[in-house]
Amino acid sequence: MKISLPRLRTIRRIYATFFFGLFLFLLLIADFSHMKGYDIPLFLEIDPLVAVSGLLTSQTLYKGMLLSLLVLVPTLFFGRFFCSWVCPLGIMHQLFGLRVFAHRPSLSLNANSYRPWFRVKYYLLAGFLVVALTGGMQIGLLDPIALVFRSAAVSLLPALDNPGWTIYPHTPIFYGGMSITLFLLLILAANRFMPRIWCRVLCPLGAFLGVASRWSPFGIQRDVDRCNGCNKCLHHCQGACDPHAQWRRSECHLCMNCIEDCPEAALHYGLPATRSSVHLPLDINRRRLLETCIGSLALLPLMRHSASAVTLDLAPVIRPPGSLAEEDFAKRCIKCSACMRVCPTNALQPTLLEAGWEQLWTPVLIPRIGYCEHHCVLCGLVCPTGAIRALSVDEKLGRPPFDSPIRLGTAFFDRGRYLPWAMDVPCIVCEEVCPTSPKAIWYQTVTVTTREHATLSLKQPYLKPDLCIGCGICEHKCPVGGEAAIRVSSIGESRSATNRMLLKS
Amino acid sequence: MTIPDPKKRRPRTQTPWSRRQFMTRLATLAGGATALTASGIWLRGSEPVRHRAVEIVKLKDFRLPATTLHPLMAIVHGEHVEPMLREAIHQLGGINRFIQKGDRVLLKPNVGWDRMPEQAANTGPELVLAMARLCHEAHAETVWVTDVSLNDPARCFHRSGIQQAAQQANAQVFIPGKDDFLTTDMGGKLLKIWSVNRLFHQVDKVINLPIVKHHSLSGCTLAMKNWYGIIGGRRNQLHQEIHTSIVDLAAAVRPTLTVMDATRVLKHNGPTGGSLDDVARYNTLIASLDEVALDSYALGYLDLTPDKIPFLSLAEARGLGKVRWQDVTRSESQV
Repeated sequence: MKISLPRLRTIRRIYATFFFGLFLFLLLIADFSHMKGYDIPLFLEIDPLVAVSGLLTSQTLYKGMLLSLLVLVPTLFFGRFFCSWVCPLGIMHQLFGLRVFAHRPSLSLNANSYRPWFRVKYYLLAGFLVVALTGGMQIGLLDPIALVFRSAAVSLLPALDNPGWTIYPHTPIFYGGMSITLFLLLILAANRFMPRIWCRVLCPLGAFLGVASRWSPFGIQRDVDRCNGCNKCLHHCQGACDPHAQWRRSECHLCMNCIEDCPEAALHYGLPATRSSVHLPLDINRRRLLETCIGSLALLPLMRHSASAVTLDLAPVIRPPGSLAEEDFAKRCIKCSACMRVCPTNALQPTLLEAGWEQLWTPVLIPRIGYCEHHCVLCGLVCPTGAIRALSVDEKLGRPPFDSPIRLGTAFFDRGRYLPWAMDVPCIVCEEVCPTSPKAIWYQTVTVTTREHATLSLKQPYLKPDLCIGCGICEHKCPVGGEAAIRVSSIGESRSATNRMLLKS
Repeated sequence: MTIPDPKKRRPRTQTPWSRRQFMTRLATLAGGATALTASGIWLRGSEPVRHRAVEIVKLKDFRLPATTLHPLMAIVHGEHVEPMLREAIHQLGGINRFIQKGDRVLLKPNVGWDRMPEQAANTGPELVLAMARLCHEAHAETVWVTDVSLNDPARCFHRSGIQQAAQQANAQVFIPGKDDFLTTDMGGKLLKIWSVNRLFHQVDKVINLPIVKHHSLSGCTLAMKNWYGIIGGRRNQLHQEIHTSIVDLAAAVRPTLTVMDATRVLKHNGPTGGSLDDVARYNTLIASLDEVALDSYALGYLDLTPDKIPFLSLAEARGLGKVRWQDVTRSESQV
């Protein structure tokens, strides 16, 4: 009996389904009740570009980032398999390019052959790595995993949530969430004009893996004798890597479609045989590369000489508990929004420009939307890069052996808006919800004379700044609409040595 | 690129219309125009936005008919919650007096905060467990446990132990989402139309399970204040007239039974607590059919007197119960 082994394309499809399912699974279970011990940021940890960028900015391969070797090492031997086998964005593109926006076979040569402008991704990669080398973590802007995680967490999942099938008790809302997903939708829609234009032209991770795969011994091999030049191999080609001519290993995603499409069985994956065609090396222009690197050197000084959260203590930039000091935070945060996905109160929001250009889409706490749950440490647990440290509850609350709690900032009363101060109306909701014991908000009972000459006993609140942890629940629950009557500023935050107000604290 | 087929090229001139063609086209257009005009007239409205009318519902009265056979209040001291609860219910006439076969029962503990049972910011899980078990023994069809928490509800139910207690007793935990509130006529002085957790409109019996806690503005969080946890909307505004609000709520929701958890009492820093120094143990359960007398009695645990708490006399004036708990028939026992 002849045992037929599964075809390479079938194996790839099984892997792609598995990894895409795993990605969705980890995304969906990311909440207090369901995440248990699962490694929610797994896909961000196996991303070698995030690992290398972090290594360049902060000279350390943080914890789970070691997992990226699971992708990088096989790439050295087998090629850029990640893009069609593992990457959720790549798999989405494959679906869009082949199924949603299918093209006619006669247009294959036009759609799926290599163009010189595919080099752009290598120059982008070089730019990002040079910025990282000078200390700026900007890779998250275009890193595909960060991009797709961010879009899903802050926009796609909330948009798909509906009363019939719901993932959240209260659907979260996000600042500028739509603009984040619009970019994703745009690059998916671009498949209409050319399949996988994102992967071929822009993706810096694809470029990185392309460089890593340039020495791989295994590859797509074309038997020049069997090949009759029908170009059918191009019909479903994902990487536009020219399997019909001289194969470009750095462009190939190893989708294996060409092997299945070849009617002459002229293509195989493996080591070259005697009559195998030659391959083409990495197609980059050395002079352009040098120019990009030198040009990119200017970017970080430009960022660091703007007023941003790095260069200035900004009051509204309240970072999640356990965040590193801003300068280190800027070196670590990849804008993946994993912290925003798990935040139970929807408090963590992507910034636009309020923390500076450099800090676009990094997490800040906006108390009017949510507050920092006193015993919750989920954001630190899912942060793949350690921009938010994984805290224990004891450390966050300052229980022994820790001597002080993690402070996010300090609350301030606005006596012009505060009901018992400004309008002779009882309230002190802020005192009620203050989670510390003893409470940071306290009150004095005073007797006031109203406009109608009646006397009224009122509880007027005060704040003890050394007890305030800046969690923002007072601002969140404040019944005064618009600007609350008590508001949290980042001043007094534990992570900063400069953003301080009191001499003793 | 498609190559144009010379046979399918568009003709360069029109053919003249036949009378039939013209009449058909005219009739079709006339029909369309009539439909367009008619729909315009039909859709015309005087309001800028057409809203569907919201149905306003009223809460039903869950109380039992009054009887003099049993006391109105049963105070039980002891170490273990379940036998204490059984004794208290027994004193009031047994569980079958309150729960009939097939009843859908709703338990309303206080699960406001993300705190552990020892911190006494939420009703003890042992009481929820025991009460749910008792309801099932009386052949209740379903037992629900619900609250509108102030902290993240998933954390509140989990860390208070109430989720696990409900699971153990085969009761259903219901965490209301944003669509789970019904517009309700509260009929109060201050609270007119508010949104109420929909379960309160869908059950036969409601059992209030409050805990004794300190509260800075109202003085105490007891049985009547526990009804804050059934409403949605901007409930933080109720603090501006907290005493009237508490009485309005207590007048709107008349439970079948109230069992107060005074095993642990949050004496300071309420209603959130957080430190074990804020908690004192009294190892008592009080079951009552008179919420005012019950609240008035429980003030003793917080070192308060009824004259300091305006909502009690306001409630009495509304006919909700007696402030002088000494005048209420009661039993006291030790288990």
